[in-house]
Amino acid sequence: MDTPLTANIRPGEPPPDRRAYEAAGGYRALRKALHDMDPEQVLDELKASRLRGRGGAGFPTGMKWNFIPRGDDAPADKYLIVNADEMEPGTFKDRHLMEGDPHQVIESVIVGAYTIGARHAYIFLRDEYRLCGARLGRAIAEAEDAGYLGRDILGSGFDLTIRLHTSAGRYICGEETALLNALEGKRPIPREKPPFPQASGLWGRPSVVNNVETLCNLPHIVLNGAQWFRDLGRGEDGGTKLYGASGRVKNPALWELPMGTPVREILEEHAGGMADGYRFRGLLPGGASTGFLVEEHLDLPMDFDPIQKAGSRLGTGALIVLDDRTSVVGMLRNLEHFFAQESCGWCTPCRDGLPWTERILAALEAGRGRAEDLEVLEMHCRFLGMGKTFCAHAPGAVMPLQTALQYFREDFRRGIADGH
Amino acid sequence: MAEIVVDGKRYAVDPARNLLEACLGAGLDLPYFCWHPALRSVGACRQCAVKQYKDETDTRGKLVMACMVPARDGTILSIADDEARAFRASVVEWLMIGHPHDCPVCEEGGECHLQDMTVMTGHAYRRHRFPKRTHRNQDLGPFIGHEMNRCIACYRCVRFYREYAGGTDLDAFGAHHYVYFGRREDGVLESEFSGNLAEVCPTGVFTDKTLARSYTRKWDLTSAPSVCVHCSLGCNTFPNERYGEVRRILNRYHEQINGYFLCDRGRFGYGFVKGDRRLRAPRMRRTVGGAPSPISPGEAAGYLSEWLKDGRAIGIGSPRASLESNHALKAAVGAERFYRGVPAHQDALVGAILDIQRNGPAPAASLADAEAADAVLVLGEDVPNTAPRLALALRQSVRHAAWRKAEAAMVPRWQDKGVRETAPHDYSPLYIAAPAATRLDDVAAESRPALPDAIARLGFAVAHAIDPEAPDPEPPADLRRRAEAIAEALMQADRPLVVSGTGCGSLAVIQAAANVAWALCRRGRAARLCHVLPACNSAGLGLMQAAGSLDDALARLRSDGVRLVIALEGDLDRLAGRAAVEAALAGVAHVVAIDHLHHDFAARADLALPAATFAEAAGTFVNNEGRAQRFFHVHEPLAGARAGWRWLRDAMALAGRNEPAGRARLDDVTAACAAAEPPLARIGEAAPPADARIAGMAVARQPHRMSGRTAMHADRTVFEPAPPADPDTPLSPSMEGYYGPRAAPAALPFLWAPGWNSEQSLNKFQQEIGGPLLGGPAGVRLIDPQPEAGPPYFRPRPAAPAPADGDRPVLPLHHVFGSEELSAEAPAVRERCPAPYVALRPEDAERLGVGDGGRLALAIGDRTLELPVALKADLPPGAVGVPVGLPGTEGLVLPARGRVVTP
Repeated sequence: MDTPLTANIRPGEPPPDRRAYEAAGGYRALRKALHDMDPEQVLDELKASRLRGRGGAGFPTGMKWNFIPRGDDAPADKYLIVNADEMEPGTFKDRHLMEGDPHQVIESVIVGAYTIGARHAYIFLRDEYRLCGARLGRAIAEAEDAGYLGRDILGSGFDLTIRLHTSAGRYICGEETALLNALEGKRPIPREKPPFPQASGLWGRPSVVNNVETLCNLPHIVLNGAQWFRDLGRGEDGGTKLYGASGRVKNPALWELPMGTPVREILEEHAGGMADGYRFRGLLPGGASTGFLVEEHLDLPMDFDPIQKAGSRLGTGALIVLDDRTSVVGMLRNLEHFFAQESCGWCTPCRDGLPWTERILAALEAGRGRAEDLEVLEMHCRFLGMGKTFCAHAPGAVMPLQTALQYFREDFRRGIADGH
Repeated sequence: MAEIVVDGKRYAVDPARNLLEACLGAGLDLPYFCWHPALRSVGACRQCAVKQYKDETDTRGKLVMACMVPARDGTILSIADDEARAFRASVVEWLMIGHPHDCPVCEEGGECHLQDMTVMTGHAYRRHRFPKRTHRNQDLGPFIGHEMNRCIACYRCVRFYREYAGGTDLDAFGAHHYVYFGRREDGVLESEFSGNLAEVCPTGVFTDKTLARSYTRKWDLTSAPSVCVHCSLGCNTFPNERYGEVRRILNRYHEQINGYFLCDRGRFGYGFVKGDRRLRAPRMRRTVGGAPSPISPGEAAGYLSEWLKDGRAIGIGSPRASLESNHALKAAVGAERFYRGVPAHQDALVGAILDIQRNGPAPAASLADAEAADAVLVLGEDVPNTAPRLALALRQSVRHAAWRKAEAAMVPRWQDKGVRETAPHDYSPLYIAAPAATRLDDVAAESRPALPDAIARLGFAVAHAIDPEAPDPEPPADLRRRAEAIAEALMQADRPLVVSGTGCGSLAVIQAAANVAWALCRRGRAARLCHVLPACNSAGLGLMQAAGSLDDALARLRSDGVRLVIALEGDLDRLAGRAAVEAALAGVAHVVAIDHLHHDFAARADLALPAATFAEAAGTFVNNEGRAQRFFHVHEPLAGARAGWRWLRDAMALAGRNEPAGRARLDDVTAACAAAEPPLARIGEAAPPADARIAGMAVARQPHRMSGRTAMHADRTVFEPAPPADPDTPLSPSMEGYYGPRAAPAALPFLWAPGWNSEQSLNKFQQEIGGPLLGGPAGVRLIDPQPEAGPPYFRPRPAAPAPADGDRPVLPLHHVFGSEELSAEAPAVRERCPAPYVALRPEDAERLGVGDGGRLALAIGDRTLELPVALKADLPPGAVGVPVGLPGTEGLVLPARGRVVTP
């Protein structure tokens, strides 16, 4: 089985340095792109690969990049920004890539920047990812020394600098436009669209923001071609995906598997099934901001469209597994606490609605709920949905709540105090 | 026009607007918080949700925020839809989670947009049963109170303060439901537009501290349409009153002038009306050298009448008195004996400006024109300090580049968040050449402090670069390059504007500015000129025929056997310096001061007559663009005070003179003035006459909900006193009368509409959102430019000879708080006034061996100022700055040359 993204990663060992990375075939994609392909050819290959964004939204990367103004009359300043602000609960895939093979990240950034004609790239890194920061910093320095960064890279005439920016630590910075504001030193409030970042992003210049895992696919697509990439997947979409599992499973971990691997296979074969004494009740397929899947969904492929059709989202592909001995209401209370706290405070439903759901869930958890509480929670699920709030934070936040009310309603009812 | 369908009814709307504006403009009620007509849309509060349908077959529809959706032709939406109503009620329910519900003790109660919107959405019963969040409040200085617990996080305050007004010391802090709007630490809000927070805030977070000190609910406040007296722009205001005391000033929307905002000088300067230096009763010196003592108004008028009969009187008019008062004085003393109470130097500048406005092709710019300008050149004027509201308009003018870029990117202008993100660094050109740095420099393409002569040279060079026929000042090469860059920016603009004025005291600067605007006109550009004048009625007084300036008047006193001098609404000491005034008045038998303030000059006068202020009398001012505007009193004068014109009328009547200006009604005096002064012929049209009636009624100054009217005087009488007679205005002094949108804008005393108790009820009085009022613009423009006139270009004067060794240019430095006489008397404003100083560049101070705060003596002509040093790095090299209007600077003519005599 091909595992291009994690081929160089040896858990427990230091990551490959530049020489080791080169020895394993690293920076060959960069040479190929710079010497044998013009940026449009790279972009065409990317489009043909049908790579979809691995940050959670699944937007086709080639299409996203296609909106960047290119050619001679395009603005001189453009930016490629790596979204390494991995704060989705239960998710640690980008960390794995950055800690395990930092040069792969750097090579991806250079190839990506070449493709869109950006001369500056930023890596926007989650505050807590100190080890990633150290390893990426070293990799950048090594790449600079080797002439992979800086002026006239490998004699191609292409210039690039990469800056590593450590976030002050807000979940909303993972939203690409809030990230841009944070990078500019402003409050991390999502921006209005239009303008889309490709037209007016960082400092008002054309920019693309991509997730670490998404970008890491790029060198492999350049080297092996779009068809190879598409063939990696088991379903509609191509490539591999870093899937993870946490919760009461026998083997909580992370695996690079073909895109479209069925949920059951991940849960039972790779995660080893439920830990002894625990029974499966449901799972969040892609981090905290996705909806519950239950037994009936386990044979679905873990791919964007099938999971969406089941009322959830693929998200980051990091399963959070709910067992029969963990309080559903307590889990939701914990999640909504997180989402309430991470609201940027811009729009009313999110800012003031999420804390209310948290308080109700705490009351239900403590057995002090009231009958009308479920109604109020349902009102929030409805009115914090897509289109009603400024960005997707609140819709993501209520997705687990809405599906939990659908699948585990009795658990909530038990929290209603007698006489209410 | 586009047609939209709202709940089955068709409306013709402007497709350049969003659905919220379209709905409000169509007279529909739709609640909102974060949207503001001047700040536009950002989509934060989600309050204006409506249901939008794809087409007529779509029955499900989709919730959208009306403020974020363009009013495209064929849009189908529903405000009444059940889900939309439920969502809007939920938004208020969310906002109310943390709100303290302290309406009974909140300054905003009764005129609170949050109250109105809550009622509008129908949310009533609280379901949230958990604790509320609380915040710590800050002391924000003398103008603005702070009560953060009431905050609903609409972000309007920071958007206004930072993005619209350029302030930096108010911000949003924290996140999620603890987001906090305040300063980094307690302290005075620095922006001179902070007072607008009280109106911009939809609830009681930011409130008017001067009102809170002596609080009255909106429904108990009497109100009148008025005009600000604290600079030359003529912003429209609503003074609010209770128990014979002004309690606050609110913005009065005028689409051509102040729009939605005032400056803090205009909002808080009213404190002088009841300030501790107010002249409260007529005072007379009965014996030579004796102390003045109070006398009755009747007796005072009698003396004045007697003295007038003698005939050997001169009158000194005032640029801060109404046209009517000035005209009454002129009528009383005779046209040949009426002088403008303005120092000769300043009088010449104002005269030159009025000639430029009347004789040249460039029309005067209103503030709306200034905001619409897409390239601006400011010559010589420190606009934020001499005409703050104009600075706010110029700050918006630079956004045209961003709007243009955004429109090309399909982001409409009303989509403010999108515009700022599309074009975060795009500013239309604003070039500033003033004696020092200004608070507009942060959005200026260039701001270079320079001496007035250098500013003039730059202006002449710009004019020459635009039109080679304009005289060439033959500047050095670098100045020519700068001038050519400025000329090109102005030539590329659709609506270029040149701003100048009396601020730096230079005729050459005013002439250079005129050349620039005229050169643009000659090259076919729609250029406008905006002039800043010294006082609220400088233009009006300047348009009156007079025998001369204050200097001419004082000179005549020394030679002409004048027996009586009547100084109207002016402190001659402040204008000419006490020594000069005393010398000139030495031989005069009777000196009469008619003014609001009991200044030293009034204290020395033989007869001091308290003049009613803007709050107590009606009259007409002409603003800097030549617009005549009527102000109407909100309460009766203090016992003993009378309008300036009424003192003179009473004295004339006692003397048996029944000419028109001596009649009892303001309209007669206005008409007499219009008849006597051809440039003022149309001032009668500035407002409806006193006998105007709507459905047989005058317009009520008091709201119909006024309470306690029989109890207000109960400590003195159990009978309700008859309302005072009001022959001068089309308003009624009580709640009896008409109130509603049919009132002429010039006679509309306050804003109130069913369901809309806050000042945001304005939308019910506008033809469209942000557009003209239902009755059209208030006031009347008196000055027409001569579009066909070949530009009568001014010639640059040769450069001044190099100064004698040790001579330094002394430049006037203006202060928004302190330079204007009346506002500086308001207790709240006084806290913001700087102490007098002499400004030096740090390197000059070092060379002179003085530090910040050290004392310095500066000789200017025969005057020596002894003041502490303030270091100011942005002065032109070698120059010294002296604050205008602060104590110790009376009678100075600036710019001047001075010499440091110590240390």
